[in-house]
Amino acid sequence: MENMVNVYLFGKKYAVPEGLTIMTAMEYAGYDLVRGCGCRNGFCGACATIYRIHGKQELHACLACQTEVQEGMYVATLPFFPLVKQIYNIEEIKPTEQIMMQLYPEIYACIGCNACTKACTQELNVMQYIAYAQRGEYEKCAEESFDCVMCGVCSSRCPAGISHPQVAMLARRLNGKYLAPDCGHLEDRVKEIKDGTFEELIENLMQKPIDEIKELYNTREIEK
Amino acid sequence: MYKIEKFNELAKIVAEKRAANADLEPRRMTAEEKDNLLATFHPDYKQEEFTVLSAGVNKGDKVPTQLAELLQGKSRISAADVDLNAPDYDTDVLIIGGGGAGASAAIEADEAGVKAMIVTKLRIGDANTMMAEGGIQAADKPNDSPAIHYIDAFGGGHFAAKPELVKNLVTKAPEAIQWLNKLGVEFDKEADGTMVTTHGGGTSRKRMHAAKDYTGAEIMRTLRDEVLNRGIPVIDFTAAVEIILDENGKAAGAVLMNMETKELLVARAKTVIIATGGAGRLHYQGFPTSNHYGATADGLILGYRVGARLLYADTLQYHPTGTGYPEQIFGALVTEKVRSLGAKLVNIDGEVFMHPLETRDVTAASIIRECQERDKGIETSLGKAVWLDTPMIEYKHGEGTIEKRIPAMMRMFGKYGIDIRKEPILVYPTLHYQNGGLNISADCSTDVENLYAAGEAAGGIHGRNRLMGNSLLDVIVFGRDAGKNAAAKAKETAVPEKLTLEHIEKFSKELENAGIASETASPMLLPKYARKS
Repeated sequence: MENMVNVYLFGKKYAVPEGLTIMTAMEYAGYDLVRGCGCRNGFCGACATIYRIHGKQELHACLACQTEVQEGMYVATLPFFPLVKQIYNIEEIKPTEQIMMQLYPEIYACIGCNACTKACTQELNVMQYIAYAQRGEYEKCAEESFDCVMCGVCSSRCPAGISHPQVAMLARRLNGKYLAPDCGHLEDRVKEIKDGTFEELIENLMQKPIDEIKELYNTREIEK
Repeated sequence: MYKIEKFNELAKIVAEKRAANADLEPRRMTAEEKDNLLATFHPDYKQEEFTVLSAGVNKGDKVPTQLAELLQGKSRISAADVDLNAPDYDTDVLIIGGGGAGASAAIEADEAGVKAMIVTKLRIGDANTMMAEGGIQAADKPNDSPAIHYIDAFGGGHFAAKPELVKNLVTKAPEAIQWLNKLGVEFDKEADGTMVTTHGGGTSRKRMHAAKDYTGAEIMRTLRDEVLNRGIPVIDFTAAVEIILDENGKAAGAVLMNMETKELLVARAKTVIIATGGAGRLHYQGFPTSNHYGATADGLILGYRVGARLLYADTLQYHPTGTGYPEQIFGALVTEKVRSLGAKLVNIDGEVFMHPLETRDVTAASIIRECQERDKGIETSLGKAVWLDTPMIEYKHGEGTIEKRIPAMMRMFGKYGIDIRKEPILVYPTLHYQNGGLNISADCSTDVENLYAAGEAAGGIHGRNRLMGNSLLDVIVFGRDAGKNAAAKAKETAVPEKLTLEHIEKFSKELENAGIASETASPMLLPKYARKS
């Protein structure tokens, strides 16, 4: 007999085998998941969940697919959270401090409570990346927020009403498009292709009898 | 530390041999060795796991048994269930699927000035694109060229791919990277802007571009943000359950089903793009999968029922390094980038048993052989596995490399107490990718007029095996092309007047006549994981 633990899904008690994740525990209990389940591998942020262990004060946040059940766990999933996403044209905006003020002015109302950081399911320093965004330091904001899966738990805990993942999203796009160095060899290659530099070479390969192309493949030089 | 002491003991053997193993440059297999290995150990060669189709346009072809059951399954609706004369949605281009290909298609269709709309059974971004970790290929370095990329991709796919599709894949790759970069996708770069690139299995040049090991997530969230900025309607938690045709047999929309309320809705469109992704959640041959929750081959079913042929639906990719332990993440992807960065595959005796960067099919078959025939695997609660010696990465490239280059892997194992910087990890092949799919032409059109396909749902681009980094590339290149071409076609197409679902009855008759009518509701939409006592 497997060791069982008691978990409380939305307050209702179920005994489930230990070692299950919160997500597989819900399925063990009989839930057919539609919402609150996406990649099942910690990349998509669909399964944001908050929980508290019976008898303890602290409120935890996690991804249901990445977290093992514990005895006395009270679980509530947060399959959707109304983040504020501002609309902008990436071609028209510029990576200035003003753009954050225009689009997400509420970040300047941050009271420094750090509830966002404590709640982050990816253990990111959320308050820090918001501070970078306030100062227009988008490169730093992008790096600090890079592993964000946009689950929205940070925002659910924010007394200032900040939509942290959307702020970070904007910062990363500004950084990727405007601030990170341009790639010379990429531009050169795109131009070469447009000029038809490789056209004949590739048409040739496409016409080659299979045996010839097999020979080319099997004897090709591989970069160390 | 592993919770199971035996693993800690066995890991010591790997550590002892690490220095010697790091210096080793294992021999690559010859073409003949690879052919023999695949024929003996690759799951695609297990004939008893396949079924020959008895109905539809691929009648006589074999496909995985679970897929056959759905292809020859029963429609979720009958024509009488909906009123085709009162569409709930009217659009120019209807895009089914909200992953990388669907989002790229939507952006390009919007750019072309037509009305585009995305329907997705989960949320936009709940897709295999989001989970692609390792990278995206493009021949943009001076020592590389699209022609070399062509040979790698075509050879890696066992010379079975459609040449015109491979051509598009490789020649449009650099522009795809540039397009993404201009949308704000952050690629790993040197200070001077040079792309940081590595090898993937079967590449002859280092052309794997990455955004740490969140490459797909970084691409997907940027595309999603762009779709939303453009105001393109995204109807989420709404699945397509049947393609609608017009009186001339051209695609003209789809019947949609709200995943929560089960309400049926009609979307009318001038052109339709199937971008529904893969099939990992069908768990072919009982394998675990690295795929997202909705990867149930829906698009193949939708297309097949209205007469779109499948190509290479019998070839699947088993990613060599799925997680073998712990149980909670069994089958989850361990990105190939781990091997690109220098980690080698090691058996229970601490021996490197192959070159770590053979193509995926060969590597998977080699791991299966090591565990079965040679019995050199490590026994876990869920089967056997081999070591992937992750600490070798920092042994070679210095401390901090893992956190900087593969943070997602470090996090995934760290949650279960395993520090991949110090301890090797246990891996075994996992069902990863559908190499085939709906047969497409160079313009992404299927055999049914006004019906397009892109991304993992399409077939022919990768032949019978796909290289790492050619899938993220394919969703962008062919997603964009499908969007552009479906938009252009929509511009010259009038609003379809007479919509029909006659194909449902017709196909069902065909199944009956073949004696294979079944009650399996199809498409599957979501896997059934709930335990029902």
